[in-house]
Amino acid sequence: MKRFFVDLHLKFSPKDPNFLQAMQRAADFGYRYVSVSFSSEPSREEIENLTVACNGVGVEPVLRVDLCPRNENDLMNNLRRVRRKFDVVCVFCDSKVISRQAAKDHRVDLLNFPNFDYRKRFFDHSEAGLASNGLAALEIDVKPLLVLEGSMRSRFLSCLRREVVVAKSFGVPLIISSGVNEARFMRRPREMASLAYLFGLGVDEALAAVSVNPLSIVLRNREKLCSSFIAPGIRLVGECDGL
Amino acid sequence: MKRVKRRYLAVQLEMDGVPSEREFMDAVWGSIVRLYGEVGASLASMVLISFDASCKVAVIRSSLDMLDSVRVSLACITSVAGRGAAVHVLSVSGTLKALFAKL
Repeated sequence: MKRFFVDLHLKFSPKDPNFLQAMQRAADFGYRYVSVSFSSEPSREEIENLTVACNGVGVEPVLRVDLCPRNENDLMNNLRRVRRKFDVVCVFCDSKVISRQAAKDHRVDLLNFPNFDYRKRFFDHSEAGLASNGLAALEIDVKPLLVLEGSMRSRFLSCLRREVVVAKSFGVPLIISSGVNEARFMRRPREMASLAYLFGLGVDEALAAVSVNPLSIVLRNREKLCSSFIAPGIRLVGECDGL
Repeated sequence: MKRVKRRYLAVQLEMDGVPSEREFMDAVWGSIVRLYGEVGASLASMVLISFDASCKVAVIRSSLDMLDSVRVSLACITSVAGRGAAVHVLSVSGTLKALFAKL
């Protein structure tokens, strides 16, 4: 079966002048689905323009929103507001309270932690336990591996290695994303997978983290956003008069 | 004595301008030394086989045991000769003949 590669964290806004170039590059590298982050709710016209532009270069856009809530209430309000408008909802967990609440909530798809402050990476056993009961996956950006050096990179790798062991033991899906905002830091899917070798993922697990795992999140949410969706596994196929 | 198994990697260099062979290999060695240290880098036994400046494609030989480490090190390269760059692995093969057939 053909493997579709997905990058869920390209930090290029559609208003960015380099946006199309980045999408073209992603298509050349073999990505099929690429995320597009929005800060505000996009209009229907904006989405149509984006879809046409991305399909023109051969990638399919995935609408993603990054939430940076101040507290639990803020997170709940934001989730209520955006969940039905985006394919992927990622919560940037800046505090332990927010990370715990995000892991519990079934509306959250991705948990992302600060890359440059290892004290704020709260993905421990408790967090993984909550995430495994919910639907949240752990997102790991590879950009810090490219830009950090020396002891900072060693410490970051050490954190990632610990988090990967915890995630695997609790069955939390791992997503490897680029997290880049410059085209020169973009890498091919297999290079992203090879970077995962640094923090203890095997080849198959790493390839799943750039293909199967993110794709399953996108497809699951698209099915839910579809008007015919009733419940997981149940969809309205048509209406019949006279019954 | 056990024969050392090797692999050949064809890599595409992406950057503005063309570096010299020495500058390119300095970047490759620098990356692997930063990641794995001097002992790890020595185990990779990397050798530059060819460097085509016109299409910026190089062929590097490394030991099979350290192939994954070499791939990671190549992916981690962000600059060559002080200029922003990226190195992408195009193909890996056990013989040069098969490698050039794949390209």
